[in-house]
Amino acid sequence: MKPVIFGVTTLAVAAGLGLYVWQTQSAGANPCGDTAVAGSAIGGPFELISETGETVTEADVITKPTLVYFGYTFCPDVCPLDTARNAAAAYILEDQGIDVGTVFITVDPPRDTVEIVRDFTDNFHDEMIGLTGTPDQIKAASQAYKTYYQAQEGDPDYYLVDHSTQTYLMFPDTGMATFFRRDTSPERMAEVTACFIDRTA
Amino acid sequence: MKTTPSTLAVLCALAAPAWADPILQIEQVKAFETAPTAMAGGGFMEITNSGDTDDRLIDVLADYPRVELHTTEFDSEGVARMMHLEDGIDIPAGETVTLAPGSFHVMFMGLRGTPFNEGDQVSATLIFEKSGEVPITFDIVKRPMTGHEGTEGHDHH
Repeated sequence: MKPVIFGVTTLAVAAGLGLYVWQTQSAGANPCGDTAVAGSAIGGPFELISETGETVTEADVITKPTLVYFGYTFCPDVCPLDTARNAAAAYILEDQGIDVGTVFITVDPPRDTVEIVRDFTDNFHDEMIGLTGTPDQIKAASQAYKTYYQAQEGDPDYYLVDHSTQTYLMFPDTGMATFFRRDTSPERMAEVTACFIDRTA
Repeated sequence: MKTTPSTLAVLCALAAPAWADPILQIEQVKAFETAPTAMAGGGFMEITNSGDTDDRLIDVLADYPRVELHTTEFDSEGVARMMHLEDGIDIPAGETVTLAPGSFHVMFMGLRGTPFNEGDQVSATLIFEKSGEVPITFDIVKRPMTGHEGTEGHDHH
């Protein structure tokens, strides 16, 4: 297994978190009460494999405001919890007549096949999109979103993967609006997402 | 039968360990349903030690290719690291230790083809350093927050 380390990436995320703290403290600067990283370099082009096995790009996937999370299905603990939270936020918004997409991108392409990722995401939300790819495609997407992942050494069948747990709110034209840490509740996530959607309407 | 001092000593010796034993109560033993093709599932519970001796959960046995005690830790940048707890989990006297999502959990690995379905049960055996083997049954439940009914907020328990 080839470890993938993004030193620069983690620094960038750390800088993002610092910005988050700064912006939370300077209330008023931010009407949605959360991180707004204007002109942020997070996001951008990617090429991955869809739930039907087709190659897709960000233009195919992010066609509306979309919550994007990187994880892996072999993780029975954190990833389902975060993915369920994102699905719950989407359902809350749906009840308010607001349509948002949800996307799960695996950081474990050797094990997370098209079928496994599709089953995993369907379990949380009928319309959640699960994406896999070649190791190079996943690496490129992860770098574009400045997330970190690294497979641990160990058994080839039962290895674990360390990974970032933030969820990004992406817009088709303007890119990343904000990101959510994993302790954000579905209600808060829905509220902040709705606020950003209002502002861009 | 005449009770001699020596039989009394034996009786006391037999009784003594019982006082010093951890007294464990294991509740909320559950696992969340998984996708049909899932390869892993997590098991959770609350273990209360109402005795006056510490114990330690050292292993879990169940009928899957690999079953381990794991925990998840997060660094300041939100990176999750799951790890195998080779030394087990301390269950101190007088305390309740919770195995919950985002922290300690039982990791069932190699489920392929045998997913966890809501309403099913999974039999397992907990192995404690002092209390020995304790059979338990995980109830497979629906994961909270997976739909409209799950909008009350975070349910970490």
